[in-house]
Amino acid sequence: MLSQQVTTLIDKELKKYPADQRQSAVMAALRFVQDEKGVITPEDMSDVAAYLGMQQMAVYEVATFYHMYNLKPMGKHTLTVCTNLSCTLCGSGDTVSYLEKKLGIKMGEVTADGKFGLREGECMGACIDAPLLTLNNKKMCGKLTTAKIDKILADLEGGKA
Amino acid sequence: MINIEIDGKHIETENGSTVIEAAHKAGIAIPHFCYHKKLSIAANCRMCLVQVEKAPKPLPACATPVTEGMKVFTHSDQAVKAQKGVMEFLLINHPLDCPICDQGGECMLQDMSVGYGGGHSRYQEEKRMVLSKDIGPLVSAEEMSRCINCTRCVRFGQEIGGKMELGQAFRTEHAEIMSFVSGTVDSELSGNMIDLCPVGALTSKPFRYKARSWELSRRRSISAHDSLGSNLAVHTKNNQVLRVLPIDNEDINECWLSDKDRFAYEGLNTADRLTKPMIKQDGKWQEVEWQVALEYAANGLRHIANGAGAEQLGALATGGSTLEEMYLLQKLMRGMGSNNVDFRLRQSDFSADGKQQGAPWLGFSVADISRADRLLIVGSFLRKDHPVLAARIRQAVKKGLQVSLIHSADDDQQMNIAHKTIVAPDALVNTLSQVAQAVAAKQTEGIAGSLSSGERVAVLLGNFAQQHPQAAQIQTLAQQIATATHGKFGFLGEAANSVGGYIAQAIPGAKGLNAASMMASPRKAYVLLNVEAELDCANPQQAMAALQSADTVIVLSAYKNKALDYADVLLPVTPFTETSGTFISTEGRVQSFKGAVKPLGEARPAWKVLRVLGNLLKVDGFDFDTSEAVRDEALKGVDVSTKLNNAITGVEVKVEASAAGLQRVSDVPIYMTDAVVRRSAPLQATADAATPQVWMHSEELNNIGVKSGMNVKVSQGSGSVKLACRADDKLPKGVVRIAAGHSATAALGAMFGTITVERA
Repeated sequence: MLSQQVTTLIDKELKKYPADQRQSAVMAALRFVQDEKGVITPEDMSDVAAYLGMQQMAVYEVATFYHMYNLKPMGKHTLTVCTNLSCTLCGSGDTVSYLEKKLGIKMGEVTADGKFGLREGECMGACIDAPLLTLNNKKMCGKLTTAKIDKILADLEGGKA
Repeated sequence: MINIEIDGKHIETENGSTVIEAAHKAGIAIPHFCYHKKLSIAANCRMCLVQVEKAPKPLPACATPVTEGMKVFTHSDQAVKAQKGVMEFLLINHPLDCPICDQGGECMLQDMSVGYGGGHSRYQEEKRMVLSKDIGPLVSAEEMSRCINCTRCVRFGQEIGGKMELGQAFRTEHAEIMSFVSGTVDSELSGNMIDLCPVGALTSKPFRYKARSWELSRRRSISAHDSLGSNLAVHTKNNQVLRVLPIDNEDINECWLSDKDRFAYEGLNTADRLTKPMIKQDGKWQEVEWQVALEYAANGLRHIANGAGAEQLGALATGGSTLEEMYLLQKLMRGMGSNNVDFRLRQSDFSADGKQQGAPWLGFSVADISRADRLLIVGSFLRKDHPVLAARIRQAVKKGLQVSLIHSADDDQQMNIAHKTIVAPDALVNTLSQVAQAVAAKQTEGIAGSLSSGERVAVLLGNFAQQHPQAAQIQTLAQQIATATHGKFGFLGEAANSVGGYIAQAIPGAKGLNAASMMASPRKAYVLLNVEAELDCANPQQAMAALQSADTVIVLSAYKNKALDYADVLLPVTPFTETSGTFISTEGRVQSFKGAVKPLGEARPAWKVLRVLGNLLKVDGFDFDTSEAVRDEALKGVDVSTKLNNAITGVEVKVEASAAGLQRVSDVPIYMTDAVVRRSAPLQATADAATPQVWMHSEELNNIGVKSGMNVKVSQGSGSVKLACRADDKLPKGVVRIAAGHSATAALGAMFGTITVERA
């Protein structure tokens, strides 16, 4: 079942679209679910489909098409590191290996305590700040150095994000 | 109309059509995969790229609308180069497994790679692999690496089937066709995806590795499993039916075929096929020669007719029997002096007999449904009872048809239903009469408002309405509504020959007993044609009691069925693939077909068996050489179209108070409708063929103190069964929905009426 908060948010989103085109809100609806749960399960997709009057499979197509939807749990804090050309030229390879070493996980994995998940991302459109990562798809951190990464992780550990 | 030129050929075409449509109309072939005349345009395969004058680059013919003076070149250097380029890309990831691929020989990709593909591939890297999927017992998705992602199957589900069961998940080179969370494809039309798939990704599971397409002989035939009269091709090899495919007929089934028609053939040659005549002597069944069995049968009938009187003879046939079979059956009975013959086995109200002016039929042509703008469907499990017709209605709904439904169960019809009223069966007449009054009073709301606002209105009575104990009243009310809205009304025929049975006069007339009375006041002798009494009759309890108490029961059947318990003679007759015959579809279309294969074993076409019985019993006029001669006599001087008439007079509509207690609502599950379908293993493995459950409103379940999923004891008449119960809050209260026509519920009584449910 979708929570009260999620349906309220979806209802707000639905006002942006004509009444007979509820499926326009599907991407936002999936985002709200992910914000709340950190992951979008098939049950959530069914619920979204039912709420928007869509076919389940159509929601599944959307959820699997976009990279930023988590189809499996990606930890409390998901770090998405850009590995596209500009970032790679600016050393995102080092960023990735430093993060992997520090967290003890590989790309696409989650730490044993479920706190951090590490993921490869596509260009975030801010190459001037390369190398880049985003926190939970929300906050962008650029010009990464090992010191900066340490600080980001320490802040997250300390509950400041 | 606008003028364009394709490959130098002047073509006049409709404004708004696409280049590929114009080309196809003019007989110019443009290679394509994702384009299909019945589906929306996806333009994702890019195979149909053509050169258009003044366009800077090749355009997809399927998605390019024609414009005045347009010049198109389908085989110019630019076009062919583009097409060859697309083909090279399509083949990059396509496995080279044509020699073991079921599609080989009828594969669009294979055919077109001959024309546009290279002799060898420049691609050296690893091909992508897509894992196989299990999407149910009918459609095989074993080799999804073959998929070229044309999305025809996806669009079929969305647009024709009504439910998007397959979709294209993920993206780029990870994109793959799959179902939601590894679910099965449960559509009753799913087999069409096999036809639509241009490659060997989706193939027929039952037909898998059985034969190559070029080894098969094709015989035209007609659907024997529902009343639409779908045109189909029976494919055979070594005198065996190996598959069934649709034949295009825009006026009937378009290019579709229901899974029932497509996969029923798997039930033809089952282990319980009756291949030798058998008689029961001293309680033991013995295989005998035809001559012995026929004489035994004839003697049995003669003995009863001479002793107890001809009115002690009764004959029953299923609505799926051919015109010729039913004509000879009634001729035999009437020749012996009995009018007790009927084919309407699941009907319970016969009060319309003598009051309706002709054979009940659809009331208009099937194609007219696409032109209607208002439709009221009364008492129909539409999608399961008439799958292809439902697809046609679904298309019409998208073009503005408003469908209203009055029924006793609220199944998802997978189309927009404008208005619906779901009531208990005994409230059906009342509800319909309220609609009739509202229409007369020119109400603008609800069902009446919808019907009154239409220009081409139709009222259709489904199987449930025809089987209803007040069927004649329902028919009268439907007539009133149709008259008031200047529309038409008609019946969605239950079986392949529901109209043909009337034309063949396989009905008792004023002097004989109908199917129900023959059971209610048992006869001493019965002749059963294709009937499996415990599954085909309105009241199996009563039917079995009548048959068991009879002196002689002569069964003409393709299978060794329950008749072994009550019959005295079993005469092996053939299913529709092994005989020539005629079906008259629900729209009154007379369609004859030839046998596709030779009869199995010593089985013989039923019309031949009846002919010999007629000769042995010295009934006049049984000298037929061919089934065509029988048909010609049955239709002699008969203009079928003038015999079709739904008009009814002299039936009083009585609105009665609802009965006390729970009422039974029965559907005949889609894959339990006739003997062949019941034996088709792949169809029986589908979700639609699951063991029946007892469906009730959750409050009714609470009343008897059970929870959904628990077993309950259901009793009706002298029998009871134990089944799992399920909550369905869309059902009206006071109603128990239990399927009929299934061996698990055959011990129960009538399809309608009161029934008790208690904790098991």
